[in-house]
Amino acid sequence: MASVLEIKDLHVAVDGKGILKGLDLKVRQGEVHAIMGPNGSGKSTLALALMGHPRYKIEKGSILFDGQNVLDMSADARAKLGLFLAFQYPFEVSGVGLTNFLRNAYNATHDQTNDGKSVKQDMMSMLEFKKLLKEKLSMLKMHESFSNRYLNEGFSGGEKKRCEILQMAVLKPKIAILDETDSGLDIDSIKIVADGVNTLAGPEMGVLLITHYQRILRYIKPHFVHVLVDGKIVESGGEDLAIHLEEKGYDWIKNKVFNVIS
Amino acid sequence: MTSNILDLRSRYKDEYGFTTVTKSSFEVEKGFSEAVVKEISRIKNDPEWLKAFRLKAFAHFLKRPMPKWGADLDVINFDEITYYVRPTDNPQATSWEELPPEIRNTFDRLGIPEAEKKFLAGVGGQFESENVYHSLQENLKKQGVVFVDPDTGLNPTEERIKQLNLDKTAMENANKKFREWFGKVVPIEDNKFAALNSTVFSGGSFIYIPPHVEIALPLQAYFRINRENVGQFERTLIIADEGSKLHYIEGCSAPMYSDEKHSLHSAVVEIVALPGSTVRYTTLQNWSNNVYNLVTKRAYAYESATVEWLDANIGSRITMKYPSVFMLGPHAKADILSVAYAGKGQHQDSGGKAVHMAPFTTSKIISKSVSKDGGRSSYRGLLHIAKGATNAKSTVRCDALLLDEISRTDTYPYNEINEDTATVTHEASVGKIGEDLIFYLMSRGLTEQQALSMIVNGFLEVFSKELPMEYAVEFNRLIQLEMTGSVG
Repeated sequence: MASVLEIKDLHVAVDGKGILKGLDLKVRQGEVHAIMGPNGSGKSTLALALMGHPRYKIEKGSILFDGQNVLDMSADARAKLGLFLAFQYPFEVSGVGLTNFLRNAYNATHDQTNDGKSVKQDMMSMLEFKKLLKEKLSMLKMHESFSNRYLNEGFSGGEKKRCEILQMAVLKPKIAILDETDSGLDIDSIKIVADGVNTLAGPEMGVLLITHYQRILRYIKPHFVHVLVDGKIVESGGEDLAIHLEEKGYDWIKNKVFNVIS
Repeated sequence: MTSNILDLRSRYKDEYGFTTVTKSSFEVEKGFSEAVVKEISRIKNDPEWLKAFRLKAFAHFLKRPMPKWGADLDVINFDEITYYVRPTDNPQATSWEELPPEIRNTFDRLGIPEAEKKFLAGVGGQFESENVYHSLQENLKKQGVVFVDPDTGLNPTEERIKQLNLDKTAMENANKKFREWFGKVVPIEDNKFAALNSTVFSGGSFIYIPPHVEIALPLQAYFRINRENVGQFERTLIIADEGSKLHYIEGCSAPMYSDEKHSLHSAVVEIVALPGSTVRYTTLQNWSNNVYNLVTKRAYAYESATVEWLDANIGSRITMKYPSVFMLGPHAKADILSVAYAGKGQHQDSGGKAVHMAPFTTSKIISKSVSKDGGRSSYRGLLHIAKGATNAKSTVRCDALLLDEISRTDTYPYNEINEDTATVTHEASVGKIGEDLIFYLMSRGLTEQQALSMIVNGFLEVFSKELPMEYAVEFNRLIQLEMTGSVG
């Protein structure tokens, strides 16, 4: 059965300030949803809250994964359920080899008996893992030498974003949240990233694509487009909605919402 | 990376902190006195000059005040320590089978015989105060390499040469060099603990590498303190003759005891790197947290010689250790890489000293420390460029990582630059691990503990990548054991 991420009436505050103010959304494995919105509308808050960042306080509402409430779960537990977040600003982790890191992450997320407590005996062998990694690197047109580098250390902005998609490709989550993966990328990089996402999206993976610009939606075709304004989804529709937004800008939707309220 | 805290705790005790019940064959009465020193000298059959050396050091120790500039050493009760414990009456073994079963079992559990088979050119095993085992590959013996305990090195009697199956000519040749250099690099009067070691030293490694002999695989010494309230005072002297090459590794461990019981480890290590030679000296210090570790390590590097200290301090209650290189000939090179982990109740006061005494000499000191659970780490370093040491180059970098609010780190760099032609760079940083970084790794399925271990191991990677693979794995695991607070 397809996995479902269901968000109900979600209210999130950061440092005491309310950012999300009642958000509802349902993403199924196999679907691609795009969330668009102006700066400050709460896009990144949504991404980080879904993954369980401790600074993002859930004040009301629920996040269900296959019907299970994940609010009390730490980020690693959510990752083990099959949730993934491609960060808007990935961190450089000095001295931690990409291969070693990803192999540990793979083994942590792919063994359901692994509760992070017991010592795992049957980790995927290094040889097998290197083969898997090589395949994914080539899919994202990344040089093999990336596997010998430290995680994001000295990577350019574009390389970091590609590395996020590489991690997603290796970990094969059920639902992936992409937080402005397209920002800061040149057009060639966007195409490569989009190709990667398109290859992975399908019956096995659902995508929640968070973006400020419509640009990436030329390459990744969403089934649903939602517009986030001031912590709420104010408009949902198909692909056309994105084009409409691109043409008319966010003010159009803000005005529309304003008019509805008044 | 995956691990359970309780599981790790018992694993540390299993793997390093276990206790072996042994009966010593001989020990001096506890406490520090002239009678004890004379007794040690007697049972070791010291030649007269060596007995005089010990007594001179004894007198110096008594009058030398306790150093006040570093860690708090007033906690050491010198009268509660036993200064010499001979673990067995058996002569030093040249095969593991000859050892008493309980001692052999200890080294087996520590994996030493296995490592010897796989990737070591020779091994010395010390238990309490004496070397109980020594081996060296036959082809190296034939080339004149000598790797023995200090008693043999300083006093190679016919009986010892025969019993240890040594080459008589090579041994006698090395003995001349050992006599020439013993106590020259680190004199008795250098500091209070150098005087202590010179008084009661027993065990350690004496190594001589003839000209242009390069030893591909490392030589290793393993030091085990088994009993509580015991002192271990090994003495190491390495002479690398012209154009030779050596990698020496030392490891150590001790069982965990209750809080009131302490042991004292005070070593002196002297290295003489003659022109064109390269010596790498790697230490994985893994004492249990009831050991005071006060060590003097110094090397003389002559023309175009290179000395590399790779020094990791993970265990012990207090460590004070600053591996030094005196560059005495032009183009000599010093490379000091010092890493430390200070956990609960630990104070790691470490660093390095580079002393430039000749032109075109180069030094690099890198120090990395991690403090957690109230642990304290201090970097203490000296860079000295003497008048006349023209065109010297030096890089000093120290990075500290604090894992919580209650831990502490300090930096005490001393620079004495007496040459205008010197090029010197110094960088220092103190960092903390942010919540966001932990969250990033956790979002990939790693637990908080795993994420933290990974970041810390990454921080220390500059050290572990220099180790032979087997040691790098052990090093990473030791750090992980420490971080779970399993080392008591």
